[in-house]
Amino acid sequence: MLDLRLYLTQRISALIMIPLVFAHLGLMIYAVQDGLSAEEILGRTKGSIAWMLFYGLFAAAASLHAAIGLRVIAHETFGLRGPGLWALTWGAFGLFFWMGARAVVAVTMI
Amino acid sequence: MTDAPVKLEASIWRGDASGGGYRIYEVPARDNQTVLDVVSWIQRNAAPDLAYRFSCRVGMCGSCAMTVNGTPRWTCRTHVRKVLKSNRLTVAPLRNLPVIKDLAADMDPFFEKWIAAGGRHAPGRTRRDPIEAVSPNGPTRMRADAGIECINCSICYAACDTVAANPDYLGPAALLRAWTVVNDEKHAARREVLDRVAAADGCFNCHSMGSCAAHCPNALDPMRAIAGLKRVVAENALKGGG
Repeated sequence: MLDLRLYLTQRISALIMIPLVFAHLGLMIYAVQDGLSAEEILGRTKGSIAWMLFYGLFAAAASLHAAIGLRVIAHETFGLRGPGLWALTWGAFGLFFWMGARAVVAVTMI
Repeated sequence: MTDAPVKLEASIWRGDASGGGYRIYEVPARDNQTVLDVVSWIQRNAAPDLAYRFSCRVGMCGSCAMTVNGTPRWTCRTHVRKVLKSNRLTVAPLRNLPVIKDLAADMDPFFEKWIAAGGRHAPGRTRRDPIEAVSPNGPTRMRADAGIECINCSICYAACDTVAANPDYLGPAALLRAWTVVNDEKHAARREVLDRVAAADGCFNCHSMGSCAAHCPNALDPMRAIAGLKRVVAENALKGGG
């Protein structure tokens, strides 16, 4: 159910997320304490390739990580296996990444 | 003789693969009595058709493993007075294995997984070759020695919640054996064992809950062995060795 490839994907995506989570939390605290409005924040993120890469990578890593986690739960708790399990894994990844990518595009694309 | 009740109540699971339930037997209470003594008394005096398995009676063979008050144990090494609750005792077959009859579990899936994980020794030399010198103090030999005392009683397998949730998972005993042979310098198929445990139902399914280590009557640590397998397989893959 969880082979080497899926295990490494989940662990590496977790490794990628660790600094991104801290940077994201720090950023939120900084933005709120500095009293930045939504418009001011969007003014800094719109058109920024750096922020697009930052949150794009975040969305990709979180989507992979969560989809594999759901796969394990679905198999061990509900006994899902075979093509259904793969469909759930890819479906969950696709849904999470689509939602994340939409948000990234909304705040970084001009 | 102490003031202990003269009899104790033993609730024994009776049935087969199609189903069953608990039946209560009154058994004479002794000052020194193991759970296996209780089961044997029932079979000899109250229920001659009770099926159970034992052999050595001294904690060497592992064949008398059963579920005692919900916990997998060697019944021959479990004193009744340590597990008796309100003068009552519950004995059932091992979890995670099919039941043959009453307290006898079918060990076939357990041993099939042991073989599937590559546990069978693969010698690298013939009897005509000189004996390979292995230092008992070498790090790999010490890792192999840490798991060599496993007697395949299946206590860890019955205790493992991951096996309960994922019946295809190889389980702690098979993976402990795999880690032992991976660290055995005389084992010729170490790479093959790593390939086997890296497969979909192998070591990466372990959640490190530790029930195997907590319940092992030989105080072995399959969880640590599985962590070792995960580390070596992942390192090999990241180094490009597949």
